[in-house]
Amino acid sequence: MGWYVVKRLLQAIPLLIGIASITFFIVHLAPGDPMDVYLEERYRREVDPQVIELIRKKYGLDQPLPVQYVKWIGNLARGDLGESFRYRRPVASLIAERIPYTLQLTLLALLLDALVGISLGITSAVKQYSTTDKVVTLGSLVLYSIPGFWLAVMLVLVFSVNLGWLPTSQTRSLDYELLSTSGKIADRLGHLVLPVFVLGVASAAGTARYMRNQLLEVLSEEYVLAARARGLPETSVILKHALRNALIPIVTLYGLALPFLLGGAVLIEKVFAWPGMGLLAVEAIGARDYPIILATSMMAAVLVVLGNLLADIAYALVDPRVSFDATRKA
Amino acid sequence: MPQEKLELVILPLVPPVAAAKGRSPFSIARRRFTANRLAVVALCVIVALYLVAIFAPLLAPYDPSAIEDVMKTRYLPPSWAHPFGADEFGRDLLSRALYGARVSLSVGLLAMLVAVFVGTTYGAIAGYAGGFVDNLLMRVVDVVIAFPKFFLMLILVGIFEANIGALILILGLTSWTDTARLVRGEILSLKKREFVEGARAIGLPHRLILFRHLIPNAMASVLVSATLMVGGLIGAEAGLSFLGIGVRPPTPSWGNMVSAGQDALLVAWWIAFFPGCLLALTILCFNLLADGLRDALDPKTLMRRYV
Repeated sequence: MGWYVVKRLLQAIPLLIGIASITFFIVHLAPGDPMDVYLEERYRREVDPQVIELIRKKYGLDQPLPVQYVKWIGNLARGDLGESFRYRRPVASLIAERIPYTLQLTLLALLLDALVGISLGITSAVKQYSTTDKVVTLGSLVLYSIPGFWLAVMLVLVFSVNLGWLPTSQTRSLDYELLSTSGKIADRLGHLVLPVFVLGVASAAGTARYMRNQLLEVLSEEYVLAARARGLPETSVILKHALRNALIPIVTLYGLALPFLLGGAVLIEKVFAWPGMGLLAVEAIGARDYPIILATSMMAAVLVVLGNLLADIAYALVDPRVSFDATRKA
Repeated sequence: MPQEKLELVILPLVPPVAAAKGRSPFSIARRRFTANRLAVVALCVIVALYLVAIFAPLLAPYDPSAIEDVMKTRYLPPSWAHPFGADEFGRDLLSRALYGARVSLSVGLLAMLVAVFVGTTYGAIAGYAGGFVDNLLMRVVDVVIAFPKFFLMLILVGIFEANIGALILILGLTSWTDTARLVRGEILSLKKREFVEGARAIGLPHRLILFRHLIPNAMASVLVSATLMVGGLIGAEAGLSFLGIGVRPPTPSWGNMVSAGQDALLVAWWIAFFPGCLLALTILCFNLLADGLRDALDPKTLMRRYV
């Protein structure tokens, strides 16, 4: 088991180098001079060219691209992500501030997805062709098709603007510091409701459809027939015999759900002014803050690689047919 | 449904000549597709949407960028004169939505074509070559797939300050990996079949085997995923435009209209409401169409019905 994890981690290294290289070259082949951002365009003319050269030198921007690349990879390996042009602060600390907010959103959305998606999928499969099944199948397709950012705006309209039940944006209210402890918790949770719901519901819809198909496939297996033939009650046939096998591929699905959620989180964070990594990236793109753009996209890709790794390990844990020794491609 | 089942069960017993008459795989697929009413409706809606987009200049009641008497038309709620209302500059939102359809629908379709072209070629080469080349090419795909797709689009579109042409290219060039994997898988299994062996035996060059025999046979599943992809790409374009980096105002796109609507949410809900409805409807129809195509074209379910 330990050996398997080590091997998978080693396999991830070339992948990470590939990811780092692609981001680096994308960002540096782009048009536009980062100095414009650093100095704010209007002041740029007034600044002594020699000073500009000095700043370039400070950030290593005067060196040829390959040299910058090797340096960047080297720094990366030491965990040094550079310094933000705009905030004049180490990127690593900026990201460390923002990541918890993004993880809060995505992990809670994942939880919602698992609870709602899997149970709806099971209900739908067990009652195949019933009205419930039709409603769930079509309803999930509809929810899956609605752009999350628009759903978010509409829910804000209904629940925040018209009904006034939930806050419109941010992670906490303005009077947060004045609240009691329980008030603080309620305040934070209230701010989480809409973003988590919007983010989770679309992926839950996908999960429900996938779960339904998986379970239907398993239900036509012979061991299910055998279980029924032995006179087992239907609940135990479904929950004990069929469901366990149908859940195995779902584990992989969750590894794949992560990029989907991270992508969606960018938009949801923008709608709710949620100070996560996605919003940081969007702001950085507007400001040509190269070190942040590089670091956020790296982090997003690293999270995805990590998610796949966890999914693979979980897959091997839940499926006894997968042996840790066999070389298996993700 | 039971009637159709009966026909299909009888099918193998029909003499080959009769089977050739209107019982080609294509006609079976067409019949199965038209039996799925929801998918047919979706196809009709999609065709209607594209027609509306093409004829937008004839259909739009107003000039989408005309600002006349702002004081009179600013934030007009929906009415017969302005079915979708008017925005902060008093522009007619129905007209803007119609012109926005041109942007959203064409970006989705063209980006899909780019992705399918690149993905099919790439996947076919990897699958047909096999061995080291395949391994190398698929590792590249692994790297590209590791990026959250929307994140990658965001960075590229944002950094290159893309115009619509570049936006199409970027969306297409970030979405080809699924097609590549799909086509590679199909080619890997197809190339072991007898008809390919036959083609090789008569001395056909690789290029012809690949483009005349293998790729056309992989197209059925590509069609399904391409249909899904158009919906996804329309959503992606809308998302990017919503963030203010895809299609930029004053050019209307459904995504940037929703963004403008969020800013005016307290005074004019209709600005964000209608373009979003159109987006959801379009994406839903592409998903329904893909579902219908999958059921109609899936050789596995076809076989299951024979047995």
